[in-house]
Amino acid sequence: MTASFMEGNEAIAHGAMAAGCRFFAGYPITPATTIFQSMLTLLPPAGGICLQGEDEIASIGFCLGASMAGLKAMTATSGPGISLYSEQISFAIGSEIPIVIVDVQRLGPSTGSATRGADGDIQFLRWGNSGGLPVIALAPVNPADCFVLTMAAFNLAETYRCPVFIASNKEIGMTRESVDLRSLPQPEIVERRGFAGPPPYRPFAVADGRDVPDFLPIGADILVRQTSSTHGPDGYITTDAVQIAAAQQRLDRKLRSAVDTFTYWEFYGPPDADTLVITYGVSARAARSAVDAARAAGTTASLLVLKTLWPVPEALIREKAAGAGRIVVVEMNLGQYVREIRRVLGNQHIDFIGQMDGRLIHPETIEEVICHG
Amino acid sequence: MDSLINDSRPPVFCPGCTHERVVHGLDKAFALLGLPANRIALVSDIGCSGLFDTFFNTHAMHGLHGRALTYATGLKMARPELTVVVTMGDGGLGIGGAHLLAACRRNLDLTLLVLNNFNFGMTGGQCSVTTPPEAQAGSSFLNRLEKPMDLCRLVEAAGAPYAARCSGLSKGLAENIRAAIAFEGFSVLDIWGICPGRYTRKNRLTPKMIDENLADMPGGQGVIAENRRPEYGRSYARQQAELPPTKPPLEVPPEFTPLAGKRQELVILGSAGQRIITAGEIVGLAAMTAGLQVTQKNEYNITVLRGPSISEVIVSDEAIGYTGIETPDVVLALAQEGVDRRRAAFAHFGENTLVLAAADVTLPESPARVHTIDFKALGVRPPDRALAAVAAVAARERIISPPMLDRALEYRFAGKVLESARATVKKGLEEGRKDAKP
Repeated sequence: MTASFMEGNEAIAHGAMAAGCRFFAGYPITPATTIFQSMLTLLPPAGGICLQGEDEIASIGFCLGASMAGLKAMTATSGPGISLYSEQISFAIGSEIPIVIVDVQRLGPSTGSATRGADGDIQFLRWGNSGGLPVIALAPVNPADCFVLTMAAFNLAETYRCPVFIASNKEIGMTRESVDLRSLPQPEIVERRGFAGPPPYRPFAVADGRDVPDFLPIGADILVRQTSSTHGPDGYITTDAVQIAAAQQRLDRKLRSAVDTFTYWEFYGPPDADTLVITYGVSARAARSAVDAARAAGTTASLLVLKTLWPVPEALIREKAAGAGRIVVVEMNLGQYVREIRRVLGNQHIDFIGQMDGRLIHPETIEEVICHG
Repeated sequence: MDSLINDSRPPVFCPGCTHERVVHGLDKAFALLGLPANRIALVSDIGCSGLFDTFFNTHAMHGLHGRALTYATGLKMARPELTVVVTMGDGGLGIGGAHLLAACRRNLDLTLLVLNNFNFGMTGGQCSVTTPPEAQAGSSFLNRLEKPMDLCRLVEAAGAPYAARCSGLSKGLAENIRAAIAFEGFSVLDIWGICPGRYTRKNRLTPKMIDENLADMPGGQGVIAENRRPEYGRSYARQQAELPPTKPPLEVPPEFTPLAGKRQELVILGSAGQRIITAGEIVGLAAMTAGLQVTQKNEYNITVLRGPSISEVIVSDEAIGYTGIETPDVVLALAQEGVDRRRAAFAHFGENTLVLAAADVTLPESPARVHTIDFKALGVRPPDRALAAVAAVAARERIISPPMLDRALEYRFAGKVLESARATVKKGLEEGRKDAKP
């Protein structure tokens, strides 16, 4: 195989470029800094813009402005920065501003450990916004996923006009791996659907049968209004409860109803194994080793690696878990996504392996639970 | 030129509020500049001044508390042809202070209109960063304890090339706004006004008093000569045009036969300055010349010039799962700091683990086979230890071979650095071959 030797963070930058990213702004923070550094190397020579904000709030704010001007935009940070992004994430959700947000997770809480991995922000990504409306979050396992899922993230942000998270981890972002980018299946690039009708342009009106408003950039010939305030289809503040309810329900529905079309996953092992391991992110690597080791030791197990975490791909989880006598959920925190698995598979027996000490979960830890409960 | 006032959304300010005067002043300024509506973006902050975008038929973006300058920056960088005007109150000024200072230093062509009425009008008249200490504000005694901020002096110190003050009730308002917008670069206009709904219910403030106060204040006359410099967007474009194209990522085609297919694990334990991470990368590239898969995990202190530096490399002919290493095939123990950081791991090494240890490093007990290298006697300096040790591994035909290593050096280095790396590798190979011979 002809391969490049790159860390997950670099692969995200290359994926962004391949997806048509034209604007990046970020603030240095370990372990996400090399995304900023890579974008600074790649984007300006290609005619795009890369800025270093005065803080994380500014960095994502720049991106929201640039996205409203019509550019595909991305920002990247880690736990302390994703916390600061919160208010702007809410803006992007409620005002339907496309943006890709990378969270290269590190061990928390708070400043935690800059150079230790974790998957401790998984529920924060979902609920760390005011209003609690859904978001999309994709979880890569390795640099190849970083490349492909970043492209997918841009496509989803453009399609649904929403923030899309890449839930990475220090152990992916800063681990170098041989990867053949050319051999990876690249999705077709999607652009946000532009308004083509006659004026007046109503920035938050949706055509019949659609849940996503057509876009025009600020600076177009036709005037465009954008606002973080509760608004009607015309983009003006409204207190009309009927209009408000319709908009909120549309924001909720537009992602939930479509998740089956962007459910990314991998399944490994026989479909009828008694034990199904469900995991995501870097832990999928140890889980695969564990499933192999268990088989060698005479116990059959299968593995479901979720690469779409939010909205929860409930149909996929139910389908894959249907024949399993037991589910084992593995994640690098003390129990976040397992809440969703328990909710979706309420009647099935679910064991949980969680670890939050800055170390990767060891395959033997998983194998032990697979083989001996 | 027609008015850009939005007739369907008339201003909703309290009777006597200066904000309404500023709405009309801004409209007049747009007319004086002859700007078409679709070339103007109005970015409004929060509070009463945050309503401004709705009163105009222009492009509009209204966002979160204190963040208006951040959206305006992204908009202007993406669309330099737009005239971008930001409206903000003295509240937004305080909460968005970091953005204000950065905008002054950056000098992007934005105009910031501060509708300064000395309190938070919308939330109950609480004190802001411009409330005088003697005022009766909605924050009880708290404003008595703080000094109000002089916006013009602040932005001048922060590097803004244009800062002016005026009364929102003055006849010259539209002209003041026009001049601020016409200036190419970041311009700040501090517009003083009256908040009848909150501030002047408990404090006496008349247009005349505002004029008198303004007359007493130094600075705020517009262009600040010592801060004049090229505008950020234009400078960015100039710098950008001079950048060479980015090289595509290095691609390594397979050309050698792998030594061993199964997973091989290497741990390099060293210290800052020993080029440990580079050595790990070289091993990875070398293995890739044989079409093998590689992962490399590194650990070093935040203080990059001091402390341990560790690189863990896994090489395999199949997809690599778990990237941790517990029982390595080869360990290079090159500095005490690295060995001490992984002290506990030594007990888990296997009898087949080969440890190549520098003569000046003390190792913990371990079942591994240890071979000592006297780097000083070899003539290898501390920064070259890691590469020499990697060569000693290659000499033993473990993980990588000498030709793979040489090709990796060619990928990674050029010119004199390549020559020097080859000289180091030669020393390591000789040392390794001595030991490899029975």
